[in-house]
Amino acid sequence: MDMNEIKEIFFQECEEQLAELESGLLKLNDGDRDPETVNAVFRAVHSIKGGAGAFGLEELVAFAHVFETTLDCVRSNKLEPNQDVLKVMLKSADVLADLVTCSRDGGSVEESRTRGLVKELEALANGEAPPAAEAPKAAKPAAAAPVAKPTDDSGFQPIPFTFDGFGEEEDVIEQFTYEVTFKPTRELYSKGNEAALLLRDLSRLGEMSIACDIDQLPALESIDPEASYFGWKISITTPKSEDEVRAVFEFAEWDCELEVKPSEASADEELPMIPVPFDLSSLDDEPVETVQPQAETAAKASVPEATSSVAKAVNAAVEKKESAAAAAAAAAAQNNPAAAASSAGQTIRVDLDRVDRLINLVGELVINQAMLSQSVVENDTNGTSAVNMGLEELQQLTREIQDSVMAIRAQPVKPVFQRMSRIVREVADMVGKQIRLVTEGENTEVDKTVIDKIAEPLTHMIRNAVDHGIESPEKREAAGKDPEGTIKLSAKHRSGRILIELIDDGGGINRERVKQKAIDNDLISPDANLSDEEIDNLIFAPGFSTADKISDISGRGVGMDVVKRSIQALGGRISISSRPGLGSTFTMSLPLTLAVLDGMVVTVAGQTLVVPLTAIVETLQPEASAIHSFGSNQRLISIRNSFCPLVDVGRILNFRANQANPVDGVALLVESEGGGQRALMVDAIQGQRQVVIKSLEANYTHVPGIAAATILGDGRVALILDVDAVVGASRGQSLKPEMSLAAAG
Amino acid sequence: MSVSYAVKSLSHGARELIAFRIGDQEFCVNIMSVREIRGWTQATPMPHAPPYVMGVINLRGAVLPIIDMSARLGMKVAEPTARHVIIVAQVKSKVVGLLVEAVSDILTITEDNIQPVPEVSSDLEKQYARGILAIDTRMICLIELDALFPEKAHDKESEAA
Repeated sequence: MDMNEIKEIFFQECEEQLAELESGLLKLNDGDRDPETVNAVFRAVHSIKGGAGAFGLEELVAFAHVFETTLDCVRSNKLEPNQDVLKVMLKSADVLADLVTCSRDGGSVEESRTRGLVKELEALANGEAPPAAEAPKAAKPAAAAPVAKPTDDSGFQPIPFTFDGFGEEEDVIEQFTYEVTFKPTRELYSKGNEAALLLRDLSRLGEMSIACDIDQLPALESIDPEASYFGWKISITTPKSEDEVRAVFEFAEWDCELEVKPSEASADEELPMIPVPFDLSSLDDEPVETVQPQAETAAKASVPEATSSVAKAVNAAVEKKESAAAAAAAAAAQNNPAAAASSAGQTIRVDLDRVDRLINLVGELVINQAMLSQSVVENDTNGTSAVNMGLEELQQLTREIQDSVMAIRAQPVKPVFQRMSRIVREVADMVGKQIRLVTEGENTEVDKTVIDKIAEPLTHMIRNAVDHGIESPEKREAAGKDPEGTIKLSAKHRSGRILIELIDDGGGINRERVKQKAIDNDLISPDANLSDEEIDNLIFAPGFSTADKISDISGRGVGMDVVKRSIQALGGRISISSRPGLGSTFTMSLPLTLAVLDGMVVTVAGQTLVVPLTAIVETLQPEASAIHSFGSNQRLISIRNSFCPLVDVGRILNFRANQANPVDGVALLVESEGGGQRALMVDAIQGQRQVVIKSLEANYTHVPGIAAATILGDGRVALILDVDAVVGASRGQSLKPEMSLAAAG
Repeated sequence: MSVSYAVKSLSHGARELIAFRIGDQEFCVNIMSVREIRGWTQATPMPHAPPYVMGVINLRGAVLPIIDMSARLGMKVAEPTARHVIIVAQVKSKVVGLLVEAVSDILTITEDNIQPVPEVSSDLEKQYARGILAIDTRMICLIELDALFPEKAHDKESEAA
């Protein structure tokens, strides 16, 4: 593992810490005064600072340090976290996030922004604490080197980062001697800590003598290479307080037996111990590399290894261990100690590609299993043979495997929602409005691809809601409303889909203006008679933008139509309902996954097609008396006294030249995004099935009217119908036959 | 991909080609672009496809378009039988199946064996034919697959998608 990989892990962890930070601050903002929340916030900033120091990201360290200082005042109850304080802190969290992004992707954060906030933070901290010293300059602690935590009772005391400085203070201050017993457990090593590095850090506090307790070291053949057998007994003389000595083990304290007590007598004869030559100075340059040989001399890989060499150690000790297992061990070991401590659940970080490969393979498995079943059923009319029974069990198992694999990709929408709160803050600041974002159902889970893809349209909608939806405080007060507007973002599962609602309590849609604008932009004719709902939906029309003045935030002409298109591209739907003076509600309904789809398998002109089940409202067998001709070649079907246009799918897709007789087929009543219902005529329904979605674009090209392809039980490819496009085509928008692969001739 | 190979192999001289038969004519393509050769399986027709796209088949989980080479090269539309074969070939970033009547040979040739294409009136032939080989008494036309399926058309369409 090279430095860049480690750095990448650090940045990934930063994301988590930033999320933790923001959610903690928001909790505080809502009046939560739980000390654990404050601690979580502090820990997040602290971990970022520690990691950043290891990579020499000085700008980040400097800012995190000031931030941490102020947070510490809150933690020690010196600073009341009121609204004003939290406002600064939330802004600081944003800047911290920007600094992290800049450190990763390059670029820089405006210095004025950072400096202004640093001043504000310092002012807050100065309320009762001495001014924070200038940012630490020597940002070179090792990755695992914990930062001494300021816990002095007299208020915050900035700790300079220069480790070399510690020794020089000795002559000024009284010296204490502590007896430290340190016995790491195996978890300590599996989380990537290294006893030798901790001891090295300890040695920097003062004079120390160290003895290794090897009593628990078993015979060579029974050594578990990943276990921990050694303990150390250290006697250290230092000017530091006991807390500071303990702080060295800050990140490891959950994973070791640690005892620190002031020394009363000489500790030499307490335990029978073998003094081990322990050249700590040799560790200073290349900690990881030097630990390895040492481990080998001691007892052939019996001494625990540093993080990055865990995989190596496993390989050396356990012969021919599968590389995947080793990789998994390494992945598990990468879990940073702080993250492990702060989150309750055990998680591992897995490359998304691996998960995707697994999902693909399971998709193949499902297809293969279906093919197998089909051929067995064809050759075995009995249906009760052992093979058949076994196959049924296999079918159930594959289903379960598929569900579990899909669950791996499922993620809560929380990170996206959290990002939105920042956008609300920033945009509201920019336009001078007071807005509160309330989120609900952040733990609703949905496939990662869906999450990745909704962030952008959601951002756009949030900006719109802040910019256009919520009125200015003056206007709100004049209307008798709370000057602070509320935007509510909620997510929930509903019938196999995720429903995301964005509700604002703003002015609602100004229908007069929307209509006028639509007329001005030639979207509708001036004499069009539109229902309120239709007018509301005009905002999704391409090239529609109601902002009177083009602002930075929204209204660049690319508006809700882009949002709508990206939602539709995900197989989702979006709608709006609005009440004048009370606000608007945007409702998005999205599929939980983009990998499988529940579909109805139908036959059209001898071909097998799959119609997404979500689009189908009902199916019916048309009777001759219900079919009515309309105009030159249109036909309507009457369903419970309303008339619905009939669409011959085979005709639209060019599978046959003439319209089929509707009485011979089945009608699928579908609801399309364009609004309105259509009856799609197909020849027969074969059944209902979950299908794995396969891209047509990968090797072919987009085909109008076809959303994707899938592979059926018999191994053949079936096409998945794009209901909206087919309905659109029936309304006269041509399914333009695009030239495929190459223009002929 | 195959272009760069062709350029590289020019210096070495020798190159390998796969020859196949359509009707009474023989063609060949660079072996480096061929992934595998498999038997004909029924393809699922695509709506609004040009006549030379026979449809798509399942190639171990991937959706593979099948091109009727006979129709693509301007001859009559093939009526595939169990004896037809599909040459699975990589054309730029995509994998396509080429339906041909039979694979006849693997040829190892040098640049000297390749004769220039004679002046013919048809644009189609000019577009894809890169040379003519005389092997014994047979005449085999060397085809440039990339020219037959220009990537540009793909890109435009997949962007539009």
